[in-house]
Amino acid sequence: MSVLDTSFVVEFRSVCKSFGSVRASDQLSFQVRKGSIHGIVGENGAGKSTAMKLLYGLYRADSGEIRVNGQTAQFRSPLDAIAWHIGMVHQHFMLSHPHTVLENIILGVEPRNRFGFIDREAARKDIRELAKRYGLEVDLDAQVESLPVGVQQRIEILKALYRRAEILILDEPTAVLTPPEVDFLFENLRRLKDEGKTILLITHKLREVMKYTDRITVFRAGRVSGELDTANTSASEIASMMVGRAIESKFERKTVTQTKPVLEVSDWSLSLDGTKKLEKLNFKVNSGEIVGIAGVEGNGQNELVQSLLQLFWRQTVQSSGKIRFEGREIQSLRTRDILDLAISCIPQDRHREAVLLSQDCYENFMLGQIDSFTKNGFIESPRLHQTVAERMEANDVRPRAPELHLRHFSGGNQQKLVIARELEKKPKFLIAGQPTRGVDIGAIEKIHEKLIAARNDGMAILLVSSELDEVLALSDRILVFYEGRIAGEFSRETANERVLGEYMGGAK
Amino acid sequence: MSRDSARRRTVQVFESVISVVFGIAAALLAVALIGDSPIVVAKVLFKSAFGSREDFGWTLYYTTPLIFSGLSVMMALRAGLFNIGGEGQLLWGAMGAVIVGLKLPELSPVLGSTACILGALVLGGIWGFIPGYLRAKRGSHEVILTIMLNFIAAGLTSYLTLDWFKSTENQNPETASIPAQYMLTRFTTFGDTPLNVAFILAILAVVGAWIFLWKTKAGYSIRAVGENPVAARQHGIRSDHAQIIAMTLAGALAAMAGVNEVLGSAGKFRMGFSADLGFLGIAVALLGRKRPTGVLLAAFLFGALQKGTTDLDVETEKVTRDFSQVLQALIILSVSCSWIWNSWLKKWIGGAEWKRS
Repeated sequence: MSVLDTSFVVEFRSVCKSFGSVRASDQLSFQVRKGSIHGIVGENGAGKSTAMKLLYGLYRADSGEIRVNGQTAQFRSPLDAIAWHIGMVHQHFMLSHPHTVLENIILGVEPRNRFGFIDREAARKDIRELAKRYGLEVDLDAQVESLPVGVQQRIEILKALYRRAEILILDEPTAVLTPPEVDFLFENLRRLKDEGKTILLITHKLREVMKYTDRITVFRAGRVSGELDTANTSASEIASMMVGRAIESKFERKTVTQTKPVLEVSDWSLSLDGTKKLEKLNFKVNSGEIVGIAGVEGNGQNELVQSLLQLFWRQTVQSSGKIRFEGREIQSLRTRDILDLAISCIPQDRHREAVLLSQDCYENFMLGQIDSFTKNGFIESPRLHQTVAERMEANDVRPRAPELHLRHFSGGNQQKLVIARELEKKPKFLIAGQPTRGVDIGAIEKIHEKLIAARNDGMAILLVSSELDEVLALSDRILVFYEGRIAGEFSRETANERVLGEYMGGAK
Repeated sequence: MSRDSARRRTVQVFESVISVVFGIAAALLAVALIGDSPIVVAKVLFKSAFGSREDFGWTLYYTTPLIFSGLSVMMALRAGLFNIGGEGQLLWGAMGAVIVGLKLPELSPVLGSTACILGALVLGGIWGFIPGYLRAKRGSHEVILTIMLNFIAAGLTSYLTLDWFKSTENQNPETASIPAQYMLTRFTTFGDTPLNVAFILAILAVVGAWIFLWKTKAGYSIRAVGENPVAARQHGIRSDHAQIIAMTLAGALAAMAGVNEVLGSAGKFRMGFSADLGFLGIAVALLGRKRPTGVLLAAFLFGALQKGTTDLDVETEKVTRDFSQVLQALIILSVSCSWIWNSWLKKWIGGAEWKRS
């Protein structure tokens, strides 16, 4: 038995973890082979992050056993995990921005010289060797904040390796990367694997799982719903294991005949606090059309949305050009007046911009449309309650508990409520910012259906998304943003992932 | 799932209760350490606060200004602002009532009281509006502004007291008295205490604050801005307006604590009357969890403690009435550590703050 066990570098045996009355991990049992890239897939809330946090010592299991290299391991804190040679690269990097790469890597485990001071030269030598061995070259003296995210991720990996990690957990590592950066990352991961490291890859992107992993554990509702060899499975099989039923995308894209321009942006340039953000943008969005904005985050998408809704707050704004809605110039109106013209927005950053986490569904549903639910300044509670109950039912927001604070809903259900709210305003023009970010597969499907249905009914939609798959699936036309400019415009027919990727990276 | 929200509420209530009990226990421990009997002190405290009808009247009288200053801090907190300026606002409230009373001495009793109250609300409201405006329009920090404005208010009201409205009858640092018929009616049921109509106004303010914050458009906007100003602005709510309205209301509410003093008891502005009522409002609002009913209960507790400690001077050997400050301090300290028992409570009551990973 023990001989067999050692080939499993990580093994979960009936591990349970509950939060209050909810079982986040229910009798988890699975094994990870040494020297493999192991995919951990599942919807949001399926328990994959919980499982990895148990392994990294951020949570403690209620019962069951976690074995590392055939030995029972107790994880009380990440320090224990590091002692077991486990490293984790979090989705949101844990780097200190004003410090240099070298300082970040040695933070907390600084080598000392005989006077008790930090021995930078020894550290530099060790890190150089590591970087060379695994092909993770970075400038050790650069300041972290000046580096692109792809490089920051490399620093995180180096950080784990410097702490002698043999098992690397990567949480949604490709969420912030361009397609070329993704390729580079997986090249690195393969190399790590060839050197005998084990990689646990948490992701919900099936394409990556199929392409890069050796074996897959599928999570659903806190349990392991399947273990598969990547070579012997298909994306649709994994998807159905993730949601417990077969997934088929079926939305009908009607040809909308009578279209007219709803939004026209002409020669729009913008500087914020003296920094150029947008340069001479020219585009239109017609009724019954979805225009997708593709691009790596931070290339002017946020500033475009800010411009459309005049969401500037204590910033020095310099702009030129015109933005017209149904022929009327709106670039100098106030946010409230713009929204009142029947323009709605699903904000990109849900927690920051779209919801009140410590308020219930009623309060959240009123946001931006309180006038429809008040009479003489007083809120008409009965009507509000009835409307919210109906919309939660129609949009399948689960659980159907409108009095519950929003923070207790999963991301997907929060988003369903946000979208129901924005569509309730009956907009003629809708800005959909990252409409399915942090949302599980089942909900993604429903949200996409909603957007297509709205388009078929003649709504003009501007889709801003960093998920290429989403942009390709929904858009009638696609604009690629690069450094505040429209780097390329494509029709639905001419766009594909490879071409868009090149434009997104600024190659063209 | 509404069981979950009930649980959450239960956790919150228990958290406050445990904080209070723990704070009082720690204070009694201190009593034992200096060699007095904690049991005797506890008995004196209770008897002095609730022992007789008159004692209870005093307790409610002490409670009244704390309700107002607690509501004041709560109102600002709901807009995401910290109003440290209750002290200055209530000084202006008292001064406003006095100025109106002295300048318009020949009104009917009801009209006179009302005019005095309006004078208080206007001056207190202005003293809240100023930091609200500067915060909303200029981005200056309201904590610093309100602290500074407290000093300015203290200076200006002293100047007005001594140089403009000085009492000619005596040498005390106080103004002349306003007409006796303007004084608010006292409740004789509680014997000879200054408990007056202001207490009823305080209860009405609690109800009014609840209706305003949870049932009106303006209140909703304030809460939305307080919880998430970015989301509020994104949906067309003017965060600057909400902040200004909340701070102005906070100033007016604090001013009512001054009204209780002038129209309920003294009949004039006595320098230094406040005894930190404005600052105690912060503790009351936090212990009351930013809810109107919570503020009411917390104010009652602090009122009872203030009354309870008044008899310590005569009834015990070493402990004096300053003990009330020790009590208040320890309760505040213990409220700010409430996260410690929060995690235990969550385990016992279960499932409250759980969030999907």
